[in-house]
Amino acid sequence: MNVLVYIENISGKFKKSTYEVVSYAAAIAKQTGGTLTAVSIGNVDASTLAEIEKYGATKILNVQQDALSSFVNQAYASIISQAAKSVDATVVVLSNTFTGKGLAPRVAVKLAAGYVDGALELPTIQGNSFSVKRGAFSGKAFANVTLNSAIKVITLSPNAYQINDLGTTAIIEDFNPSTAANDFQTMVKEIIRASDKISLPDAELVVSGGRGLKGPENWGMIEELASLLGAATGCSKPVSDSGWRPHEEHVGQTGIAVAPNLYIAIGISGAIQHLAGVSASKVIVVINKDPEAPFFKVADYGIVGDAFEVVPQLIEAVKVLKAQA
Amino acid sequence: MKILVCISNVPDTTTKITFNSNNTEFNTSGVQFILNPYDELALARAIELTEGGKGSVTVVNVGLADTEPTIRKALAIGADDAIRVNAAPANAYFVAKQIAKIAKEGQYELILTGRESIDYNGAQTGAMIAEIMDIPSISIIKKLNIDANTATVEREIEGGKEVITVDYPFLASVSEGVAEPKIPNMRGIMSARTKPLQVLEAIAVDTLSSISSFEMPAARSTVKLISTNESAKLIEVLHSEAKVI
Ligand SMILES: Cc1cc2nc3c(=O)[nH]c(=O)nc-3n(C[C@H](O)[C@H](O)[C@H](O)COP(=O)(O)OP(=O)(O)OC[C@H]3O[C@@H](n4cnc5c(N)ncnc54)[C@H](O)[C@@H]3O)c2cc1C
Ligand SMILES: Nc1ncnc2c1ncn2[C@@H]1O[C@H](COP(=O)(O)O)[C@@H](O)[C@H]1O
Repeated sequence: MNVLVYIENISGKFKKSTYEVVSYAAAIAKQTGGTLTAVSIGNVDASTLAEIEKYGATKILNVQQDALSSFVNQAYASIISQAAKSVDATVVVLSNTFTGKGLAPRVAVKLAAGYVDGALELPTIQGNSFSVKRGAFSGKAFANVTLNSAIKVITLSPNAYQINDLGTTAIIEDFNPSTAANDFQTMVKEIIRASDKISLPDAELVVSGGRGLKGPENWGMIEELASLLGAATGCSKPVSDSGWRPHEEHVGQTGIAVAPNLYIAIGISGAIQHLAGVSASKVIVVINKDPEAPFFKVADYGIVGDAFEVVPQLIEAVKVLKAQA
Repeated sequence: MKILVCISNVPDTTTKITFNSNNTEFNTSGVQFILNPYDELALARAIELTEGGKGSVTVVNVGLADTEPTIRKALAIGADDAIRVNAAPANAYFVAKQIAKIAKEGQYELILTGRESIDYNGAQTGAMIAEIMDIPSISIIKKLNIDANTATVEREIEGGKEVITVDYPFLASVSEGVAEPKIPNMRGIMSARTKPLQVLEAIAVDTLSSISSFEMPAARSTVKLISTNESAKLIEVLHSEAKVI
């Protein structure tokens, strides 16, 4: 099966999730004996584009137009589906990022394709049956979704697939799709960056604090631990509701779902709605003074103790570890 | 302004999830169903935007008769009327086809969905409705303000947000921040019983995808506890045993 992968950029740069999705798409192409083509939209310079080639695409289609320098959902969806047709792709893969979530359903409708969002593994292909595993019920279960259509659209969960350097080379080609005026009905007026901090949805390490920290004035130690580890900071819902932390940091069912390698929960009880956003984490560490806190039931490592005693010790220990490295 | 809010009927967040028929069906017995929390936010914002005779809010659900308590709840919160498409929601595309038809025929200027339903978490339906209708869509918005001809929304992106303007008609899927959920008052609950609820038959749609089976996550191994006065050991273990730092 020929595979097309959309290589999403943010302000001209590729993120980790983009490399992951290319590796994932390359594996599907290999699994089914097809070729992999990548498509990039927006202002990505040639040297950045070339960074993609070693991950397995044989061709990179480059769409560069001023009108496309910021994200326009309809136009991007139209271009991706035109690219898919131009290379006879029967599988189209995107990242399950905020942007991918908005694009992929539109691409699927354009291609009359069945769609699985948030894939966690490679598809299982047996004869004509094609199924993909994804999360369901807010992290409490998994669902295997079977796609019955000729063309399939998949978005890959961030942090779910290993990046593989295959040492391949690719040709980079300009691609000139047709777009209609009707495709440009949204206008990006402004992009507001939260800060230069590591963004929570694609963080590999997360240090998160709850109501047990008593007040915003106590977040200094959380931030220090996070910055020493190179982690993003998160929080529970009541913490952001009380204005102790910005809403972008709120993890859980109604906030952000994370899937880091390490999630450190400090002074968070582990209510089911919070766990919904963290259960995909690979390793969970819980620091809570209540041994009965439900979070311990899903934790890999735990310290039953007072955060105000424990966290400063952790900070010192990380400093020691870094000094050794 | 005519606003259409898409509402789904989902298991309460605290539900213990189990499956039937050899893990191919979600076991609904004893499960409490609620209005999807994100749809509640969409509904609350729609009501705010139309308050004082500035428009109307219709809610639409694709579901069998057992979703009516959830629809009545939306009417009690303040929707003016409701439509139910009488069919089990086979998948997002099926639902989107039904709603796109209703939205087009009803000439709604603004269509709102939740960012995702908390059962299958597809985050698919909204953008599919918009694509079928060939209108703009903005996914996962945190703010929605309207003017006579243009709306301004804020969309979440990794590490920040985009401020976007868009003309009507358009669709947006909403997330936290757009509004606070509204609790129905006594008058709302009384009037909900008599507000119009139209039931329509579904149109046929190809089944492009289906859930073939469910799995439960492997149980996590029991927690390894480290005592408070050895806290530093945790960092050591994360480095050399778990190899995550
Ligand atoms: C529809 C719905 C959606 C929701 N969505 C979310 C969501 O997305 N995300 C979310 O987080 N919540 C969500 N909630 C709220 C959730 O149910 C909990 O109320 C919330 O997660 C609790 O936050 P917390 O653990 O910080 O606070 P608490 O429950 O107050 O827990 C504080 C914890 O800190 C511990 N503690 C206290 N002092 C110390 C100390 N000195 N050292 C160490 N530990 C200490 C306590 O033992 C306790 O376990 C939702 C609720 C509903 C109804
Ligand atoms: N059966 C349904 N009837 C009406 N609206 C729905 C239905 N299912 C999903 N939606 C809407 O689509 C949004 C996203 O759902 P989903 O694509 O299932 O994650 C929900 O928040 C609802 O607004």
